[in-house]
Amino acid sequence: MNSQCSRAVEGGAGGAPFKEAPQEKVARLGRLRRDGGMLRDYHAPRYDEPFIMEQGTPGERGIFVPLAEEGVTEAVGAAADYIPEGMNRAAAPVLPEMAQYQVMRHYLRYSQMTLGMDLGSDISEGTCTMKYSPRMHEELIRGHKAADLHPLQDEDTMQGLLEIVYETGQYLKAISGMDAFTLQPGGGSHAVFTNACVMRRYFEARGELDQRTEMITTIFSHPCDAATPMVAGFKVITVMPDENGYPDLEAFKAAVSEHTVGCMITNPEDTGIYNPQIDKYVEVLHDAGALAFTDQANANGILGYARARDAGFDACHFNLHKTFSSPHGCEGPATGAYMCTDKLAPYLPVPIVTKLGDRYHLDYDRPESIGRVRGFLGNWMGVVRAYSWIRNMGPDGLKEVAEISVLNNNYLDNLLMAVKGVSRPYAEGHRRLDQVRYSLEQLKEDTGVGTEAVRDRMIDFGVQSYWMSHHPWIVPEPFTPEPCETYSKDDLDEWAAVIKRASDEAYADPQFVLDAPHAQAIEQMRRTEALEEHDQWAFTWRAYKKKIRGAE
Amino acid sequence: MGDKPFVHPYIPNAVPATKRAMLDELGLRSVEEIYAEIPDRLRFKGTLDIPPAIRSERELRKHVQGLLDRNTSSLEFLNFCGAGCWQHYVPAVVDEVINRAEFVSAYCGGNYSDLGKYLARFEFNSMLGELVDLDGVANPIYDWGDVAGRSFRMARRITGRDKVLVPAHISPMRLMEIRTLCQPESMPTSTKVRFYEWDRETGMVDLEDLRAKLDDTFAAVYWENPTYLGTIEAQGAEIVALAHDHGALAIAGVDPITLGVLTPPGTLGADIACGDIQPLGIHMHAGGGCSGFIAFRDDDPIFAQECPLELYTVLETKTPGQYAVAEAMAERTSYGSRDQGKDWVGTASGLWTIGAAVYMALMGPQGFREVGETCIARSHYAAKLLGEIPGVEIKLSSHFFKEFVVNFDGTGKTVAEINERLLGHEIFGGKDLTAEFPELGQSALYCVTEYHDQADIEKLASAVKEVAR
Repeated sequence: MNSQCSRAVEGGAGGAPFKEAPQEKVARLGRLRRDGGMLRDYHAPRYDEPFIMEQGTPGERGIFVPLAEEGVTEAVGAAADYIPEGMNRAAAPVLPEMAQYQVMRHYLRYSQMTLGMDLGSDISEGTCTMKYSPRMHEELIRGHKAADLHPLQDEDTMQGLLEIVYETGQYLKAISGMDAFTLQPGGGSHAVFTNACVMRRYFEARGELDQRTEMITTIFSHPCDAATPMVAGFKVITVMPDENGYPDLEAFKAAVSEHTVGCMITNPEDTGIYNPQIDKYVEVLHDAGALAFTDQANANGILGYARARDAGFDACHFNLHKTFSSPHGCEGPATGAYMCTDKLAPYLPVPIVTKLGDRYHLDYDRPESIGRVRGFLGNWMGVVRAYSWIRNMGPDGLKEVAEISVLNNNYLDNLLMAVKGVSRPYAEGHRRLDQVRYSLEQLKEDTGVGTEAVRDRMIDFGVQSYWMSHHPWIVPEPFTPEPCETYSKDDLDEWAAVIKRASDEAYADPQFVLDAPHAQAIEQMRRTEALEEHDQWAFTWRAYKKKIRGAE
Repeated sequence: MGDKPFVHPYIPNAVPATKRAMLDELGLRSVEEIYAEIPDRLRFKGTLDIPPAIRSERELRKHVQGLLDRNTSSLEFLNFCGAGCWQHYVPAVVDEVINRAEFVSAYCGGNYSDLGKYLARFEFNSMLGELVDLDGVANPIYDWGDVAGRSFRMARRITGRDKVLVPAHISPMRLMEIRTLCQPESMPTSTKVRFYEWDRETGMVDLEDLRAKLDDTFAAVYWENPTYLGTIEAQGAEIVALAHDHGALAIAGVDPITLGVLTPPGTLGADIACGDIQPLGIHMHAGGGCSGFIAFRDDDPIFAQECPLELYTVLETKTPGQYAVAEAMAERTSYGSRDQGKDWVGTASGLWTIGAAVYMALMGPQGFREVGETCIARSHYAAKLLGEIPGVEIKLSSHFFKEFVVNFDGTGKTVAEINERLLGHEIFGGKDLTAEFPELGQSALYCVTEYHDQADIEKLASAVKEVAR
């Protein structure tokens, strides 16, 4: 091995000297590229593009639609004859009348005015695991063998689809340690809702639903861990963190009773802190006859290192659009994988994909099932991508994904903690795994510039705006980056440099940051009372014309 | 890990020298020191039971494409199955736009950096609002069944009543999703689903039965247009009036591609409309193309306030003439208020929303009228040809849009047998209704759209004639 390695060994754990003090390094990085730093001299594309509702000319066509052939109309007459009285639309919908090129150009301009992950640096979107989505997968799912399938066609004509779903389920079972799966949910929160319904059905089948009415979650678990059990009909108890940022074990114990359905909690939590006592929480639940679910939306840092089953959990879920590389598509379509033990398997939604010999089947004959959370077979496009990604990584690759994402996170942490005004509340002395929730409380106190202003300034350097925090903001002025394995060391340096620059600007000229953004397609938003007031909000252009334009 | 470094093309920092340099800056010998945060007893020490990596993109692609090639697509066979996921033509420009890397890869970036995404969403809402004739449109989520259940929960919150009336011929699959959302009836916060009858001759709802069952304890009356069995519901205005007479909301489930020719729910007086946007230019993806919308009246703020989905309003900026789009009343959602919010929101179907926006803009009023007329003409042509086959009968009213019930009782064959044999003719037959609607005998729900031309329909008819013999 090289000399760097031996030097680190001599330094001992936590004791190796930094080659360069982080403050000096981030100060250097925080200059523009032409001055030797890492910052881009960026400006977002700016087209000054009108809404499509204001474009076009009556009579223009975007596309020709097939018309009924002469032979068809001769045989059946006019379509209007088949529309019952009163159901013939009187006034045509007020839609654009616009030629094809102009429609396409309009939306291509919109695409350019969208930074997305592929152009920005989505280290910013913590809790979202914005990893590279391989282009090859997109080509696979766009082909007619994937895109143009009907969900109800004969099983024999979709054996490829069923095999991919079934085998992906087997891999996810290995990764979680669970016994059974469904890939029906249309997103992560939907899988979490599925859990609430599976637990509901479990206790309904045991005749305990009247008694067990309370679901426990923690404040640093994703909001869906609180919201979906409420939708399922449960009262939700939220456990707050102790002084170290872990869910308070004593408070947790106090919340568990004969009324408890179970828990729905994240580990590591939003803070990136892994709860080393997690199995103790599960024990408390099991001792009370309750069930334990862990939200594994953020499993990227523990792939191959820790499994939900080994901590005693009865169920967990994964987001195939986070950990398993399926792209996010402007918030979907997405796929939630719900995993559980044999104990809960009878209650999974129908249909279940099974394998008999070398044939794959859809099994609807499951009388204990909760029914359905989504129609048909869910968003199986995400499953194709996850399947391909897992096959490409193999068991060693998955572990490497976890290892590098954790290393990236700690490397970035080292740089960010050298930025003035940034702090990392809770669990001093403990390293985070895949992400960190930071605070700009100090920056706000010193300069008046808070996390929202920094968010709106950082995009002027061509990186995506960061995720602040789920609500409520237990950590004041929060931000939450997640530098998963996709990002290079240069990407991490650049991201830290952007935060360093925003901090420097806040201390030097706070108003400039408060006026941000400065290099985007539009200027700062106005009339924000419309976000809350009925006479001001307009969810459609027709409402805008009535409420705002009409009032002018 | 093995001895040889594994530097995957998707993991740049796996290069040993980079990794070493990063660890050095942290003063760590290895990443293991970070994983010390996970106690030994919770560590997984084995090797994941997953096949070894298929290393190259070429080999991986060959493998996965090989699996996909075992599917038979609706481009290879003629598909006449709908029942909630319909084969309409997808314009190339829709695919061009939604396959743009910026849209495919974007997530929850902010109002400025992801501006185009927000503007496209607002345009989707605006154009769908025109189709359904309602001022409020929310950001779509999973699918029709899901948004129907959410609409019922929304009505429950608005009216404070806990029962809804639903036509008995609603799609059973949709109903399963609704029941999941509405909770078992023993739960105190459940929404109880009650049914009113449908006319076995016309396929429309039975207004008399609705009158008999409706009283002042219902939160909403729901109806669908077209119905699950394909017929056009002509009594929407009467349903609305009845619901309103009893202080209940009127909720319409609609297929938006019908709305170039059919009277929209807003015009009929519906308070809330829901449905699926998949017909609006989204590939079927074996059902993955589905995406549910909710639209509502905005003359009273209560509808927006109780809407469970994300809402986006148009705003201006510091520069005159510039628009922005931002999320309104965000504290209403689960992201803002956790278990105190209105249901929950999450990653749902944003890309399909953009695709549907492009579709609506391309089609315009003329395109929607034509697609409606062609669906009606061609489906009736198919019904005519099929109905002429001995033993085959078209059930229910002749007022249908693109789907219709075909009964095979007179052929002495089951739908399963017919469909099995149609595969030999490279045809996917209609949805088998025998389990869902036993009273219809051996019946199937056929779907014919503008996608199918006269020759396709004639091929179907001659194939059915042969297999039904």
